[in-house]
Amino acid sequence: MVYFPTDMEEQIAVIDEGKAMAAPSKEMLLDWYRQMVLIREFEETCHQLYEEKRITGVYLHLYSGHEASGVGSMAALRKTDHVITAYRDHGIALILGMDPKAVMAEMMGKKTGSSGGKGGSMHLASKDHNFWGGYAIVGGHLPLAAGIALEARYRGKDDVTMTYVGDGATNNGYFHESLNMSAIWDLPVLWIIENNGYGMGTEVERASGQIELHRKAEAYGIKSFGRVDAQNALEVYAVASKAVEYARSNGPAVIEHVTYRYRGHGVSDKQYDARDDMSAELREWVKTREPIKILRDCIESQYGDVSEILAKHKEDARKIVAESVAYAEASELPSSYDDLLSNTYVASELVYKTDQSVGAGID
Amino acid sequence: MAARNVAMREAIRRALREEMRRDENVFIMGEEVAHWQGTHRVTRGFLEEFGERRVRDTPISEMAIGGLAVGAAMAGLRPVAEFMTINFAFLALDAIANHAAKVRYFFDGMFKAPLVYRAASGWGNQATASHSHAPEPIFAHFPGIYVGCPSNSLDAYGMLKASIRDDNPVLFTESIALYPKPSPMPDDLNDDYLIPIGKGDIKREGADVSLVAYARGVDWALQAARQLARDDIEAEVVDLRWLRPLDMELVYNSFKKTNRCVIVEESLPMYSFGGEIAANLQEHMFDYMDAPIKRVAAEDVPLPYSKDIELLALPNARKVVDAVKEIL
Ligand SMILES: Cc1ncc(C[n+]2csc(CCOP(=O)(O)OP(=O)(O)O)c2C)c(N)n1
Ligand SMILES: [Mg+2]
Repeated sequence: MVYFPTDMEEQIAVIDEGKAMAAPSKEMLLDWYRQMVLIREFEETCHQLYEEKRITGVYLHLYSGHEASGVGSMAALRKTDHVITAYRDHGIALILGMDPKAVMAEMMGKKTGSSGGKGGSMHLASKDHNFWGGYAIVGGHLPLAAGIALEARYRGKDDVTMTYVGDGATNNGYFHESLNMSAIWDLPVLWIIENNGYGMGTEVERASGQIELHRKAEAYGIKSFGRVDAQNALEVYAVASKAVEYARSNGPAVIEHVTYRYRGHGVSDKQYDARDDMSAELREWVKTREPIKILRDCIESQYGDVSEILAKHKEDARKIVAESVAYAEASELPSSYDDLLSNTYVASELVYKTDQSVGAGID
Repeated sequence: MAARNVAMREAIRRALREEMRRDENVFIMGEEVAHWQGTHRVTRGFLEEFGERRVRDTPISEMAIGGLAVGAAMAGLRPVAEFMTINFAFLALDAIANHAAKVRYFFDGMFKAPLVYRAASGWGNQATASHSHAPEPIFAHFPGIYVGCPSNSLDAYGMLKASIRDDNPVLFTESIALYPKPSPMPDDLNDDYLIPIGKGDIKREGADVSLVAYARGVDWALQAARQLARDDIEAEVVDLRWLRPLDMELVYNSFKKTNRCVIVEESLPMYSFGGEIAANLQEHMFDYMDAPIKRVAAEDVPLPYSKDIELLALPNARKVVDAVKEIL
């Protein structure tokens, strides 16, 4: 049943070149800590708000437990690179620097939300951050990623499209078609498989013939950077840095991030309440592989006592999230027909200069 | 006859279970149907009763689910393939439209594909645009496959049984909003209670206006009929139950009596169920028509997340009442 061995070392491919990369600076590490505690605070607050029915709806998929996967990998990007993901998108949005107020307002379906309340939890995006969005159909965003990367190739730019995809989604046709096309057209996509062990209630081993998911890259002649312990932001960063540079100059690459969902699939998932084996598995992950603690230990072992700074980051996160909730709750809900109908289409600016009678009389 | 209120989910579960007990060739596959006990809890207890051979969890591979069902059915099994929601059946549209619906035809009767696609359908609860479709008419577009859309528990039971036993492919939709809704089922229901494919039903009699609907639309039509009765307007509620074959005779007979019609559906308004019914009425019932035919459907827009505007976009009983009053 339990797919992930407790001894991670055995499972994780040797990250040869990655480990030799320049170590992240103290400032970087502290900033990663800041991002991770902000995400955790944001997600746990969302969970609470959902329980209190202050966030409504049926879908809310939290990034708690995944923090190091996003933080460590996106640290390898530069500003002009692109990011796209599925519905588990809150953490990605916050890492990219989207305003937590606008993100929280979107959770509540407010006009001030990043998508004006139309998209909700599963459809965050920000053009200003090259964040092309969260998508709700499993695998649906993968060909979009290839298309975004095509623009870069087409116009001779070397920007990379960082694409997050779940383990479950790797069994979907979208995944295979998109990877193949990224290979034949040398598209600069970094496919990051976030393997959290499950697609809803289905363990990886019951859904995928190849359980080392990164090896699916081989089928398309794509370079794999192997399997990474994605509870350790430093490991994630080391491999992502290599892979991003590879994608930038060569073409597609794959990394498999091994991680875990602390809050189950989404708010509909009651497995952790109902099943002792699941809650035991979760406790084990939290006890041994907690990403925030791993980062903290790493910072402290290198730089000694930084507890004051870390405490401040935690305190700031609480403040920022509390402010975002207050802001969202004070914001207006869209309510008119105009609100409903707006932006179904682009307001066309096309100018029709041709004489419309030109074709008349032709037979 | 003694009857008991049963939720539609329970009625569907009972029909499926009885058919699986009756015929070894019937099996179910789909995402989360086994260990998770069904996303909508329809298959609760199935894995325990029938085992992994007949209750199969699939990967998130809709294209394969759609097509594999066709192959298994051609080879002699009777698959019930579940799409977690009908939104994901779009990924399998090719298998459904081009193979399930056509293998009989393009090999001139050599094969048959006795399968059932089950799919939870409909919108609500802020599921957001890509998860908020009620696209039954899209699937009913294709000759070669039947489409069943029950509006209550007893119908769901009898229609699903007929769908499983019939030798043709059927797409069977289950309105998410109706899953928990109780409605009466007779206590001494026969295991062989089948509702004929293509047979509609009058859910309420009335002489003033015909409300033509299916699935959740029937619910709104019945609510509207009760409100209209307070103003002495007697609406007849015609539940087509199947979008294909389409029981137009039932609609014509009702229309000959009422001479007025409002069509109610959960789906989008363009190229729709409403358009199909209205076109048939004007073509065949022109002499009986006393007023324009009205349609109540979702607004012509992708569904938003935010709750107030989501509700604005959706049909409801009040919109049906308003439409009736416009033509009386
Ligand atoms: C095409 C499609 N099929 C099914 C679903 C329902 N669904 C939503 S998320 C999910 C599981 C996805 O698992 P995975 O790719 O591992 O991502 P995770 O949720 O673990 O991050 C499923 C089956 C969907 N949204 N789209
Ligand atoms: Mg997963």
